[in-house]
Amino acid sequence: MSDAVMGAAMPAARPVSRAAVTYNMDVVRKFTIAAMFWAVVAFLVGVVIAAQLAFPIMNLGLEWTAFGRLRPVHTSAAIFAFGGSALFATSFYIVQRTCHARLFGGEALHNFIFWGYQFFIVMAALSYVMGFSQGQEYAEPEWHLDIFLTIIWVAYGVAFIGTLFLRQEPHIYVANWFFMAFIITVAVLHLGNNVALPASFFEAKSYSVYSGVQNALVQWWYGHNAVGFFLTAAFLGMMYYFIPKQAGRPVYSYRLSVVHFWSLIFMYIWAGPHHLHYTALPDWAQTLGMVFSIILWMPSWGGMINGLMTLSGAWDKLRTDPGLRFSVTAVGFYGMSTFEGPMMSIKEVNGLAHYTDWVVGHVHSGALGWVAFISFGAIYYLVPILWKRAGLYSNRLVAWHYWIATLGIVLYITSMWVAGIMQGLMWRAYDKLGFLQYSFAESVNAMHPYYVIRMLGGVMFLLGALMMVFNLIMTVRSASTAVQPARETAVAGA
Amino acid sequence: MFVKHETIEKNAVLLAVLTTLTIAIGGIVELVPLFTIETTVEKVEGVRPYSPLELAGRDIYVREGCYTCHSQQIRALKDEVERYGHYSLAAESMYDRPFQWGSKRNGPDLARVGGKYSNDWHYAHLANPQSMVPESLMPRYAFLANREVDPARVARHLRANKTVGTPYTEEQVANVAADLAAQADVNAEPDALAKRYPKAVQVQGDGRRVTEMDALVAYLQVLGTMVDFTNPANEKLQQ
Repeated sequence: MSDAVMGAAMPAARPVSRAAVTYNMDVVRKFTIAAMFWAVVAFLVGVVIAAQLAFPIMNLGLEWTAFGRLRPVHTSAAIFAFGGSALFATSFYIVQRTCHARLFGGEALHNFIFWGYQFFIVMAALSYVMGFSQGQEYAEPEWHLDIFLTIIWVAYGVAFIGTLFLRQEPHIYVANWFFMAFIITVAVLHLGNNVALPASFFEAKSYSVYSGVQNALVQWWYGHNAVGFFLTAAFLGMMYYFIPKQAGRPVYSYRLSVVHFWSLIFMYIWAGPHHLHYTALPDWAQTLGMVFSIILWMPSWGGMINGLMTLSGAWDKLRTDPGLRFSVTAVGFYGMSTFEGPMMSIKEVNGLAHYTDWVVGHVHSGALGWVAFISFGAIYYLVPILWKRAGLYSNRLVAWHYWIATLGIVLYITSMWVAGIMQGLMWRAYDKLGFLQYSFAESVNAMHPYYVIRMLGGVMFLLGALMMVFNLIMTVRSASTAVQPARETAVAGA
Repeated sequence: MFVKHETIEKNAVLLAVLTTLTIAIGGIVELVPLFTIETTVEKVEGVRPYSPLELAGRDIYVREGCYTCHSQQIRALKDEVERYGHYSLAAESMYDRPFQWGSKRNGPDLARVGGKYSNDWHYAHLANPQSMVPESLMPRYAFLANREVDPARVARHLRANKTVGTPYTEEQVANVAADLAAQADVNAEPDALAKRYPKAVQVQGDGRRVTEMDALVAYLQVLGTMVDFTNPANEKLQQ
């Protein structure tokens, strides 16, 4: 398939003699189901904590349901449970198809990866609710869960990279470069950031070997590259397979994919310090982080251009394939948030935006618009293939999902822009006599309407996801068992 | 050039090795100097490790995810310094494991909240924030007043901090239980505690036992108070 998709840009496209391969699609199906389950959980908890900020009574006065404990549940469910499961599903699917090889390792290894990862997610979520946390964003699980996740991750790396060795294609397809970079980098980040000493062997409490300013930079080296590699590089891998497939066109530029792959993974790593502007972090580190964050705009847009231009000559498919609509809109949101991000990393802009809801809006234009939409597009494409159905139960429902979710995102990010910029301006406003004009509490009060609008945006996004779950269940339950959709065999040739 | 890339993308090992090297560079260049350049954390008089009760309070702060709404980092910006006090120095969080600088202010910055309000205010506010600040979005933490702090556990935690590098003295390690009890009782003799942990604020819950609420209030009351910015010796820190 790689030759077909890479198209003319690919060097030598020679025919390869292929042995018959039976792929392991079972593990892909399992992760697909998990991804949809966790999507609903993540969006639901998101709506709950959004409601808590609009109406504090929603904290219920219970320790387990307070915002501080539920917020990590939301972020972990969205990034690691939903995003992670979607990545496991698609990377295992893509690596098998593009290598023309069965997933490396036996069923036992694949089941261990699936159930182990699900177990990790459930344990992590329970631990936050019950009051165990390392207190570092996106790295909240305590030491014993960190060790367990390391084992799962190594198993994942073995299965994925092992499959590359089994490939019958001479070239490793571009999507797999991104997945491999994601697997390697996340391992390095996870190990680097979580070096901690347990208080005792029987206690889920540890202390980081880093403290203060060093801890801060290690954390944001981790935190920003969780964005860069978990939520960007890996999902670009998804884009590089499913958009060409859905559009029935080869990737726009092979050359661009090479250039933007290496520059993206090189530059992302430097960007962490932009989370620490004007803090006690030394200035040289802040400036370095800012410069690389701005340069990062270019490789990011390289990916966007490659994704969008792949549709050249196939834009009409947007009218008939609502699944593709998700994928393409995702790339649009990717382009938008990778412009917004570098802009917000400029120190003067960051001075206004940092600590405000603008950052929350930015994150969600990436998380909802890019990560979730590209996953929805991929899953709508995958489910009929994985369950051998002629097509989706209802394309109309996909269109409804698309519009309700898009509108939800628009409500979310516009309300957060207004809220964030208003907060930033209120905090720094001076009155005629030279005193600070607003108390902090006044800025909290001013946020209320926007928090309500944001919550409504979240509810719409959740409703869309529920429609998707219904649509997919009906697809799987439908009687038709056509072997493969026509486009699959016609376009791919693999 | 792109003919050469063919070699890379046909060789999984080469691709993996080059990827690893590419992603390692940025991290090494930024992180290594931060641990080796001495001026990263300038020495400041007054910064000390947390007292046992403060440490217990800090662990509760971390556990409850207070950092999801409160920052502890006053940026070097005019309005922040006027609103919250002197901008945060690196030394002020040098014993913070983990650091709690935060990334979002749903509530105000807490880097210098110590001494800003009375103990009584904090007890009432934690139990029911809206009773003190009607606009507040903060959840209630009344349950902390019903939970006891276990001195043996705190001693273990203090030792773990010492092992990873926080300079607790043998004397401090030996007196965890005594210091814990002394700080949670306003009627207790403060001298020994004050000698080991200058500026530690004594708090008082129900006076019968040491609760998590006591610990959290003691922690909040020391935040940002360790460095004396009126001391001329610290003047060179003012830029």
